[in-house]
Amino acid sequence: MIVENTAELPEIIFPSPREILFQRTLRHKGFIIGAAILALILAVALLAPVLAPHDPYHQDLAHQMQNPVWHADGTWRHPLGTDNLGRDYLSRLMFGARISLLIGISAMLISGLIGTTLGVAAGYFGGRTDMIISFLITTRLSMPVVLVALAVVALIGGSLTVIIWVLGFLIWDRFAVVMRSSTQQLRGIEYVSAAKAIGCSTPHILIIEIIPNILNNLIVVATLEVAHAILLEAALSFLGMGVQPPLPSWGLMIAEGKEFMLFTPWVIAIPGVVLSLLVLAINLMGDGIRDITAPEGHS
Amino acid sequence: MIAYTLKRFGLAVLVAITVSFVTFMLLRFSGDPAVALAGADATPEDIEVVRVTYGLDRPLLIQYIDWGRRALKGDFGISPYFNQPVEKIIGNRLTITMTLGACALSFAVLLAIPMGVLAAIRPNTWIDRLALTVSVIGQAMPSFFFGLILIIVFGVMLRWLPISGSSTWKHFILPAVALGYYATPAIMRLTRSGMLEVLGADYIRTARAKGLRAGKVLFKHALRNAIIPVVSLLAVQFGFMLGGSLVIETIFAINGVGFLGYESISRADLPMVQAIVLLVSMFYVVLTFFSDLLNAFLDPRLRVQ
Repeated sequence: MIVENTAELPEIIFPSPREILFQRTLRHKGFIIGAAILALILAVALLAPVLAPHDPYHQDLAHQMQNPVWHADGTWRHPLGTDNLGRDYLSRLMFGARISLLIGISAMLISGLIGTTLGVAAGYFGGRTDMIISFLITTRLSMPVVLVALAVVALIGGSLTVIIWVLGFLIWDRFAVVMRSSTQQLRGIEYVSAAKAIGCSTPHILIIEIIPNILNNLIVVATLEVAHAILLEAALSFLGMGVQPPLPSWGLMIAEGKEFMLFTPWVIAIPGVVLSLLVLAINLMGDGIRDITAPEGHS
Repeated sequence: MIAYTLKRFGLAVLVAITVSFVTFMLLRFSGDPAVALAGADATPEDIEVVRVTYGLDRPLLIQYIDWGRRALKGDFGISPYFNQPVEKIIGNRLTITMTLGACALSFAVLLAIPMGVLAAIRPNTWIDRLALTVSVIGQAMPSFFFGLILIIVFGVMLRWLPISGSSTWKHFILPAVALGYYATPAIMRLTRSGMLEVLGADYIRTARAKGLRAGKVLFKHALRNAIIPVVSLLAVQFGFMLGGSLVIETIFAINGVGFLGYESISRADLPMVQAIVLLVSMFYVVLTFFSDLLNAFLDPRLRVQ
């Protein structure tokens, strides 16, 4: 039978690639959970001056080490209690989120710029360039990050800017490794050869043909490196050679609470749990993006 | 294989020299060592005296070459804090850090490989999910926080284990767990993916078709092949652990190289810091060298690259 009126045929709607991506995102539980936690922490960090019930630097020596609200003697005036100087713990926690995120994102941007430049150059040009850059990556990997960061920050003096730059200059290795191998895979692909054949300039090929196609991998590494930088900052601050008091860094809060932890474990548990949650959320998102953008290749 | 070995060895030496140069310069540019050595209440004249005594007035490159040449002979200078040769102090502490590293690695292997294998034989079941959850949480929790939790729970609340010092074997349990836990996610993931790949291979199907017992197939045929990349990962992880043991040794007051490094940084003991950074880097270089060789030995395809 010949169908005369094609309008009678059931219409098949193909979802656009963007819709498929969106559907996959919604179905990925890890990504959704990570994104929700991160959005919450991000909102608190941005709105800290509005949300915080007290000034995070205000010392109230009459109300030191008050217990959080879930203890019998806790009050809603200080929902998470106060520290050994009588500062409101919740307010310090909220302002601490700003420091973690600021350092994490800034250090990631610096290391991302260094690592991506090196990785793309090594992967695209190959040969001697690749040899030299691979050598740089190996050298960097051989240097113990915590030890070197600690020594340099201690010698220069801990401040937010110093920590950001030191971490930024130390953790570009994963960017370089991943971008190098992603670019290598693209180098021989038809559309890159075609662009070369019609005489496109090297910067044109790199920016128009290569970068957009390694963007997914770049985003995954960038996400994981934010978490890496946040953990390193916390470790430096915990060891007393990162963010300096009275700034409310979570690592520093754990260090300050350490001597009281045997009697009141919550002083380290609260910043520790929040720090772990933040890193967990970022990692979940990074893994999620990898699964969503490359569903066939995950192991 | 010989050509490959020589090439790798040359590369390792080159990396070693570069790392030592970079760390030397990094520490010199971060602050004036003469000021740090002279102490907080030194006069400008005192600082000048220190500068000349330690040879810090010479050009940086000369200082580096001099330091490097003596370091090759095992002479890292005198620690101004201990007033003793640096290498003597480090030598005493190295055994402790190595013991800790070995314990931590054993813990990681004993936890990660069985979990990775279980997750691979039963993919997408609760075992697989549990393994995944453990690894995701392991990557998120900062090591110092995990260490402090161990201290509170096992040291203070349950009173099972000592929490500070390094005098008996019991002192090493908690720090080894805290340090080793961070190597587990990577080892477990690699074991799992390796096993999944191998279990799908034809020779496993053949072995099963021959009627071999499931256990024999799993351990003799599958795990042996899946474990190859894990072994070289272990070498790299051990290198990372020596670097990361600084935090754990500081928390548990273990008198190893890491704690020494932390203390030396706090008291601006520059010769000591320099020697420790170099030592940890060299361990990593040597370990990756051997892991590369092991890989090439097991997988001949790598040798031609």
